[in-house]
Amino acid sequence: MADDRRGDGGGASSGVSDRELLNAADVARIIARIAHQIIEKTAGGEEVVLIGIPTRGTVLARRLAAAIAEFSGTAPAVGWLDPTLYRDDLRRKPARALEDTEVPEGGLDDRLVVLVDDVLMSGRTVRAALDALADHGRPRAVQLAVLVDRGHRELPIRADYVGKNVPTARREQILVFLDEIDGADGVALRREAGA
Amino acid sequence: MPDLLIRNARPYGEDAVDVLIGNGVIAEIGSGLTASDGAETLDAAGLVLLPGFVDLHVHLREPGGEESETIETGSRAAALGGFTAVFAMPNTNPVADTEVVVEHVHRRGAEVGLVDVHPVGAVTVGLEGTKLAELGSMARSRAQVRMFSDDGRCVNDPLIMRRALEYASALGVVIAQHAEDHRLTAGAQAHEGVVASRLGLAGWPAAAEETIVARDCALARDTDAALHVCHVSSAHTIEVLRAAKAAGIRVSAEVTPHHLLLTDAALTSYDPVHKVNPPLRTAADTKAMREALAEGVLDVVATDHAPHAAQYKDTEWAAARPGMLGLQTALSVLVAACVEPGLLDWHGVARVLSQRPAEITGLSDHGRPIAVGEPANLTVIDPDAQWTVRGAAMASIAANTPYEGMRLPGRVVATVLRGRVTARDGKVHQS
Amino acid sequence: MKHLLSVTDLDAAAATALLDTADRLKQALLGREVRKLPTLRGRTVITMFYEDSTRTRVSFEVAGKWMSADTVNVSAKGSSVGKGESLRDTALTLAAMGADCVIVRHPASGAAHRLAAWADRDRAATGTDTCIVNAGDGTHEHPTQALLDAATLRDRLGSVAGRRIGIVGDVLHSRVARSNVFLLATLGADVVLVAPPTLLPVGVQQWPCRISHEIDAELSTLDAVMTLRVQAERMRGAFFPSAREYAIGYGLSDERAAALPQHAVVLHPGPMVRGMEIAPSVADSARSAILAQVRNGVHVRMAVLYHLLAGAPE
Repeated sequence: MADDRRGDGGGASSGVSDRELLNAADVARIIARIAHQIIEKTAGGEEVVLIGIPTRGTVLARRLAAAIAEFSGTAPAVGWLDPTLYRDDLRRKPARALEDTEVPEGGLDDRLVVLVDDVLMSGRTVRAALDALADHGRPRAVQLAVLVDRGHRELPIRADYVGKNVPTARREQILVFLDEIDGADGVALRREAGA
Repeated sequence: MPDLLIRNARPYGEDAVDVLIGNGVIAEIGSGLTASDGAETLDAAGLVLLPGFVDLHVHLREPGGEESETIETGSRAAALGGFTAVFAMPNTNPVADTEVVVEHVHRRGAEVGLVDVHPVGAVTVGLEGTKLAELGSMARSRAQVRMFSDDGRCVNDPLIMRRALEYASALGVVIAQHAEDHRLTAGAQAHEGVVASRLGLAGWPAAAEETIVARDCALARDTDAALHVCHVSSAHTIEVLRAAKAAGIRVSAEVTPHHLLLTDAALTSYDPVHKVNPPLRTAADTKAMREALAEGVLDVVATDHAPHAAQYKDTEWAAARPGMLGLQTALSVLVAACVEPGLLDWHGVARVLSQRPAEITGLSDHGRPIAVGEPANLTVIDPDAQWTVRGAAMASIAANTPYEGMRLPGRVVATVLRGRVTARDGKVHQS
Repeated sequence: MKHLLSVTDLDAAAATALLDTADRLKQALLGREVRKLPTLRGRTVITMFYEDSTRTRVSFEVAGKWMSADTVNVSAKGSSVGKGESLRDTALTLAAMGADCVIVRHPASGAAHRLAAWADRDRAATGTDTCIVNAGDGTHEHPTQALLDAATLRDRLGSVAGRRIGIVGDVLHSRVARSNVFLLATLGADVVLVAPPTLLPVGVQQWPCRISHEIDAELSTLDAVMTLRVQAERMRGAFFPSAREYAIGYGLSDERAAALPQHAVVLHPGPMVRGMEIAPSVADSARSAILAQVRNGVHVRMAVLYHLLAGAPE
């Protein structure tokens, strides 16, 4: 999950092979499509709050908000929320650094929250984010948008908006690159040698 | 008692000889000596032979502190450490401030029979610093007390100290001062300096020692009394002693092994095994101690052997009692601190661990040269041995050695008290 | 980080990470109705205070509770501690009961170090991996106070590095001063201690700071001034002649506060002696960050608990 989606932004090193799944144009197209879907499914995007899961989910949420504003004329509120403090696997790794949390003005009560993340795998991050959301308020409904769904779910969680479904092996990694962080957009599948 | 033949030993590290002992005295020194039937022999090839060590400063804890040490266990530690005579400090419970207590300590020492235990009498009643104890009665008792001290506490009142010195001068005994101005060391926990400042431990300023030594030297001069300064720890005190000796004042001084080797850098773990009074000081101080010992400004090495059971040591720093074991590590620490760096040869070791302490306290049968007709109080040491210190393996009941786990040079192979082997190869030989 | 005993357990990166975590925790809780995070659910945190300190104890307790730890308070009064049980036995007993963290305040310098040594040595016997947090040991250290002071300075000044911070008062007896000098120096601040020589320890010359006996010469260059509590009973130890003379020489009066740069912040670790070390009007002024320090205290202590308890044991 969290580890899988972190790209190093660099090229393939020896013993590792990366295969491009989406290029920059693909990513742009997907964001536009999901923006349209959100407008459609939320009746114009009123009262929608996009909440990104740091760090790339935050970038995607901002881009989606811009696209929705462009297509519908209404800019949804954007926030971001670090679910680390709600994770169920904290004790398995050294204490990790926390990311920013910012809930948009007006809070979350009675609003339609769309959680945004880059990759959906086990569903545990989303589960933690749902718990965190509940502590911040009581949204009318919560939906989930992801750029890539790579399978291997461990919880009964399903995304409402999926950019691309990618069947993967567990040992493979999905690398997501976004211009704001990585200098360019793209998604790659990384396979370790012998995997 | 059967004869004892020590073969191929090197007296003071010089050429190997055989030493034949009979009736508790050295009977013959030469080569190719043979012993009578039934004589015990000790092959000392490569080993150094020195006069038996004399420790002017030990705490044997009996009576009253038997959970930490007894006269018997302390005697065992002394024999294993190469000592043939020790001076047991009076801060017991009850305090050794009457002939009853000093005679008890003396008698127990004789019963154990491993080392001559000389009780040190208190200078003041109950070590309280206000009323002179019966020095004369203790000196004339069967214990023949030769040294008096309130050790653990300073005789802080200058008038009491002056009276003690005056009174002692007529008895031919020495007053041993624990030099610490208690007003300057109120609450003190560590050497006053950068380490203590960082650790938040109240400082024990070196001046608290130096000023008392200076004062007492003046008092000793005026009273023509014999003053002995316990456990000198500060480089500044050396200068005071040097001047006093140059002026002909009858002052002698001791340094502990730990003040020759250890510094307050050891305190950063807050392990109270390093808590001692006076405190461990700086590397500059240990260097000054070593040089002053070599020069003779410091006369003797005395261990200040201070056993404390775990409940008094395995605590927070402030609650821990000060003191550390010393008897079984004294020689090795002295070898590490002074012999290996070339500051002392084996004659020097004999001087500071045997000859001078016996002279200061007027012991006629210890600290004597290795010569025919002299009492056979001897220590055989292996100068090349290395060993690892383990507190749990010490003869003392307590295990509070600050050298735990350290590898130290030089080892006592055998100790001989009036011709009888009291310890050999790390084992005590009970009579 | 296994224990937090001294600020020297933290290098600049580790200290900054703690401060960042404290910031994020503050954000995460901002404006929420439910001020509770599930992060330390099922973990047991025991505060063991051998000295009275409502402020610090409550701050740790709130920090633990906001992260869903089970917090238990042990005070020296009314426990086995009062019956002569040794610190070691008390600590091992608490560890054997399953304390994941023992937060200790003790009048002896080094008490927290000893607890940590016992906890590590006797881990097999107690069956618990207990971490120790020093909440003030004698005149040695109070690391979380220094961290919350650094957090407050960061809030107010934007950064600690390169800032000049004056610490005024009884440095000799102050664990807050020791922790602050070394932490602020680690974070790149320029620290100056201002006190009469009697209230500075011998050896202070080798600390990473400058020493001054003249407060008025320092004020105009300070980005922050921290006044330390001066206990009136120190007069009996001849540390200074009188409260009046101290106030005249070193008290942070209105006039002195006015000599500070416009942006300068005033800190005090509390409890304050108003009038002696700090004028009431200064303590209550806009430049005073004294209540911000208290608020930051909870977040900093949450961050410490998070770093010690949330991740996998080292």
